[in-house]
Amino acid sequence: MSTTTTSINFSSKRGIWGGGNEPLNASYGKLMMWFFLLSDIFTFAGFLIVYGAIRVSYPPYGGPATDFVGSNEYWPVPEMVFDALPFLHGIHAPLVFVGLMTFILIMSSVTMVLAVEAGHRNDKNDVVKWLLWTLLGGITFLGCQAWEWTHFIHGTDGGTVLTYVNQFSDLVTETVYGANLQVNEYGPSSFAQLFFFITGFHGFHVTIGVALLFIAFYQAAVGVYEQRGHYEMVEKIGLYWHFVDLVWVFVFTFFYLI
Amino acid sequence: MALQENRQTLEVTPRNGEKIKKIWKIAGILLFLTLIEFVFAFTMERGMLLYAIFIGLTLVKAGYIMMEFMHLKEEAKILIWSIMLPLIFLIWLVLALMREGSDIFLLRW
Repeated sequence: MSTTTTSINFSSKRGIWGGGNEPLNASYGKLMMWFFLLSDIFTFAGFLIVYGAIRVSYPPYGGPATDFVGSNEYWPVPEMVFDALPFLHGIHAPLVFVGLMTFILIMSSVTMVLAVEAGHRNDKNDVVKWLLWTLLGGITFLGCQAWEWTHFIHGTDGGTVLTYVNQFSDLVTETVYGANLQVNEYGPSSFAQLFFFITGFHGFHVTIGVALLFIAFYQAAVGVYEQRGHYEMVEKIGLYWHFVDLVWVFVFTFFYLI
Repeated sequence: MALQENRQTLEVTPRNGEKIKKIWKIAGILLFLTLIEFVFAFTMERGMLLYAIFIGLTLVKAGYIMMEFMHLKEEAKILIWSIMLPLIFLIWLVLALMREGSDIFLLRW
């Protein structure tokens, strides 16, 4: 669709061997972004599939969810692990915070589509406005994730009494608070490891996305794209940003809901 | 000076209300599906049926994001397929590693 609004397709003037052709009717940049995203899908799929494989290799928690206590013998119930809210210490609010994070990311995806749509219309003011909202959403999401990680690492007031092999290869029984890569109060050590790697890798993508969005916002605001004659860069960064949202939809389902 | 003369102002097309309305409609669908997942997580018994509903809704959401927000629907057919077909390999990987995981479970417990 973008070929009708952008002025980068010169193939009709130069002929088929003159360069500037667009295979699959998509510009070079968009095509490469799509194939990069495909490879990134495989990376994230690798993470989530390993999560599934490790999860079924542990017994699920048997009793009613409300009686859940952490143990490294079985896989934890996510709604009992992720149940905290900032500024509301000790209040049991299962999945509320992560639901809020999902809402923020989906909304920032919506404002991104609106920025791309404004780019098709060469409407600089709208592009700048919607990119700023998207940027705000991305930064807010990162802030939420930072809080989520801090809470996960520091743990609950009570902790959990676990028997495990510590870093000196000794079998110990002690109260564990929070989580690190070796042991955590919620479940088997691979539970925290997978949490850190999957949400961490996603957060890393969001961080890159925020940097790209800032560049697009700045360049749109100072008129680089207007001079270039098209807003295709907004479209390409938009593809990346939607992908980040797409991954979160899967992380939300497989890590927090199931 | 030369730069100043080269500076062109692009013609701004006015907003198309229908297009923007459609974007917000899809946003509403995505948020509604997330809300449904959220409600089901607390009202339904954990089990295969619930997991199937979650995975189904997730795929619907992924479809909306890829087809509408990323405009994949409007690309050339062959581009759509060159993105979608490689994902078939993932189905195999899911099945293989689930099987592997349950075998580890049997060895461990």
